[in-house]
Order: sequence, then structure tokens, then C-alpha cells
Amino acid sequence: MTEIMNDEQAAERIAKGVPIVEFDHVCLGFEEHQVLKDISFKVAHGETRIILGPSGGGKSVLMKLANGLLLPDTGDVRVLGWSLQQMTQRELFQMRAHVGMVFQESALFDSLNVEDNVAYRLEEEHVDPAEIHTRVVEALRFVELEKAIDKFPSELSGGMRRRVSIARAIISKPDLILYDSPTGGLDPITSNTIIDLVVKQRDVSGTTSLLITHRLQDAFTMATHRYNEQLGHMEKIPNGGIDPNTRFLVLNEGKVVFDGTTLELSHTSDPWLKDYIS
Amino acid sequence: MSLFSPEAYAKSIVASVQEYALLCAHAIGDLFSKPRYIADMFTQMDSIGVGSLPIVVLTGFFTGCVLALQSATSLKEFGAVNMTGRLVALSMVKELGPVLTGLMVSGRNASGMASELGSMKVSEQIDAMRALGTDPIRKLVTPRIVATVVMLFFLTIISDSCGTAGGGVVAVGMLHLNGHTFFTTAYLTLKMGDVVEGLVKPLFSGFIIATIGCYYGLKTTGGTRGVGKSTTQAVVASSVLIILMDFLVTQLMIGIFGR
Repeated sequence: MTEIMNDEQAAERIAKGVPIVEFDHVCLGFEEHQVLKDISFKVAHGETRIILGPSGGGKSVLMKLANGLLLPDTGDVRVLGWSLQQMTQRELFQMRAHVGMVFQESALFDSLNVEDNVAYRLEEEHVDPAEIHTRVVEALRFVELEKAIDKFPSELSGGMRRRVSIARAIISKPDLILYDSPTGGLDPITSNTIIDLVVKQRDVSGTTSLLITHRLQDAFTMATHRYNEQLGHMEKIPNGGIDPNTRFLVLNEGKVVFDGTTLELSHTSDPWLKDYIS
Repeated sequence: MSLFSPEAYAKSIVASVQEYALLCAHAIGDLFSKPRYIADMFTQMDSIGVGSLPIVVLTGFFTGCVLALQSATSLKEFGAVNMTGRLVALSMVKELGPVLTGLMVSGRNASGMASELGSMKVSEQIDAMRALGTDPIRKLVTPRIVATVVMLFFLTIISDSCGTAGGGVVAVGMLHLNGHTFFTTAYLTLKMGDVVEGLVKPLFSGFIIATIGCYYGLKTTGGTRGVGKSTTQAVVASSVLIILMDFLVTQLMIGIFGR
């Protein structure tokens, strides 16, 4: 790849309808264990793709592939049409400016306070300090954690860390957000708060996202709810409506066993899938 | 139970050496391109250099003291007790100053680097850094290499000075030797080759400490237990390599300077 991904090129590709993420016959193994087997799917602009499946099915690995943190053994991973395998390390770092990621255990830098954690990417890009502060406050306001700006990660609860992690992922207004089990290990009330934020980000900013979850109720809440900006919280879509941009991908033992809409998933005839979602 | 495979073991060693060499090459290459994390270099210099000052001063001073005591006892038998200063200065500058400082800094900082980077690795902070568009080797490894090489050079000079001073204190205070004779013989005996030898060694030791500490930190797996294992391995490997390097550099310097 000779050209470098910049904002104009990315916007041009989005306007042309290039898929934000595309997996093309991707396989990946570690030593003798094959983790992903012939994975193919596309995520269009504005889409929220929920990735479901039993533990050990390769979901987190798939997420790392989408960000170039891992590269496939065979097949092709494309982000905004750019093939990640053909990029140099430097180009991969530039590509990641377009991608925000929320890690399973938040992965906040424990030696930095909340403000510096959220500001990290902007500081690396040498943005003006006054603008950085304004944008950090804005991102923290989005996740309703303005008061925690001076705290260190060790002083925060699990849910608060997850919210700071979301703020860190959205601060650069990325074209794609990857949520790796954002509600994993959280109590149901805190999980709902996190899903509320994910839906808010989806409906307010329209950002494309991939989300891994083990909680089916979270997945279906996302499909059946929308964010009401006037009320300031999530609400059920009237008349049993379903968000058209939310689609599902189900992985089992490294293979795609389902790729489709919420309705298709709920009316599946596959016995394993029926059993899994019941 | 799987049987021990010598072939797999040999391959794993070769793979480790390859990974280590690639890490070193990558970290050195990063020195010659932007962005450079200058502020991180100074932070590390403070942590590694200033932070190690007390142990280096104490170790150097007392090593000089012991050296003076031991050598004076032996030299007295030959009526050469006035040569104590010469022996202390040569031993400190050529050998004990660089090696002991390297080992002390290795114990303190190779372990610190391995545990810090190891904790970041197991808590996915290294992946988060990459996901945020930062090269962890450029940000974490290169500044530590520069800081350790630069600061170990100066720490060794301090250690040499403290050791010679310690020897002088013992020589004058306990052995009742002439202080002027002690320091004059110490000064006159040191030749250019001795000083060069003593100052080349910390450059290699500093590189070994930083790269080994970072290498074991970045390859940590297996949670907190893995962090502990990496820390131990980093200290053991860097200590052994420092002594091996000491032997090789000494041999080289003898070849160059003939002493």
C-alpha cells in the first residue's frame, strides 16, 4: 500500500459505499489450534454488528484482526477497503486513527489519570492542549463521568472504567468502534448503563461498530431500543420495531454459523442456534 | 505426558534469540525516525539514573573499602603496602566499578522494566497502546535503552570515584597509610586504556539491561504469575549476559591496549 489513509480518503470511500470492515475467507491459528476457519462477512457504514457465540469461539481474536493487532494466516481483512496485510507497521498505526476500541477489561493506562487516558490519542497527535481538554470534557460528559476527570483507574469501579474506555475510544470520532465484551463481568444494572451508552453512540453519531457480547439480552436490547435525545435515555422502539442497522454474526468453534438480521436470527431453523438463543 | 523434545527446545531458543534481535533492531531503528519520545527518555533517566544513585554510591564505596582492606593485608607481606591505592584504583575502574554497577542496576531496573511492561502486557495495555496508534517499542523500549545506556555510563564513573574514595578512607583511617601516596599511586597507575575499558563496559551493560528487561516484559503471558516469572528471568539473563560481556570486552581491550 503506497497511499496513507487520511480523513479525506476515508470519507471518500465511505461515500462510495465501501464496506467499513470486510473479512474475506480469513483463517487464523495459534500453534496447532485453528481459531478462525474461513470467516467471511461485511459490515456496511452505519451498521452495528453484534458478534455472539460461546466462549473460545474466536470472537476476541476476530476483533483484534479487525484492528490489525493480529494478522490472518490466510484470507484478507479490509478496513475501508484497505487490505491490512499489505500495510506496513507504520501504516497500520495510521489506519488505527480511524478505529476506536473498547477492551474487555478496559485496558486503561494505570499510571495515567482519567483525563490523560482519554486524551492519550489526541496528545499523540499533538493537538492543542486547550482543545484536548475541551474534547476530553465533552467525551467524559457523553459517558456521564465528568466528575472523575482527575481520578486514577485504580480509584474507579469496573463500570466506570468501561465508561472511561468508551470515552477514550470515541474522542477521536472514529469511523469504526470495536467493543470487546463491554458488559463482561458487570452487574445487570451497570451493564444496562453501558448498553445505553453504546446505543447512544450508535444513534447520536451513527458510527459503525462491532460489538461482542455474551449476554443475549444486551444484544436484543440493542436491536429493539433506540436513544431518545430529548429524554436523555434509551427507549423501546414503538410497535415492536427493530433497529434496521443492527445485524448479528454468530461464531461457533471458529466458524460463522449465522450472519443476518435480528428477525432472521429470531426465526432461525438451525437447531444449535435455536438452542443457543433460547 | 508429552516427552521432552530436544528439537523443539532448540527451536524455541533460536526463536527467542531471533525475537530479541528483532526487538533490539526495531528499538534502535526507532531512534532515527520520528516521533521520538524525548520526555519519556528524561523520565526514565530520572527513574533509572537518579533512582539508582544510592545503591550505586553505597556499593561502590564499600567495595572500595573492602578492596583496600584485603589488598593491604596481602601487600604487607611483600612490603608493598604503598601500592594499595594502585590496586584499588585499577580494580575499581577496570572491573569492579563497571560490573558491580551493572549488576546492581540490573537487579533494580531490569526487574522493574520486566514487571512494569509485563503488567501492561497481561492487562492488555500494550494492545490498547497499539490500538491507539502508538508503537509500544518506540514509546516504551527505545527511551529505556537510551536512558539506561546514558545513565549507567555516569553511574559507573560515580561508582569508580566512590570506590576509590572508600579505599582511601580505609587506607588512611584504618591502615594508617599516607593519603597523598594512596591517591597519587591511584592516579598515576591509571592509563588511557584502563579508563576506556571501564567506560566501554557500561555502554554494553546498559543496553543489555534495558533490552533484556523490556524483552521479557513484552513477552509476558499468564497473568500475575507470568509477571513474576518474567521479572526473575530478566534479572538472571541480564546478570549472566553482563558478566559474559565483561569477559568479551576485557579480552578485546587487552587485544587493543595490551593491558
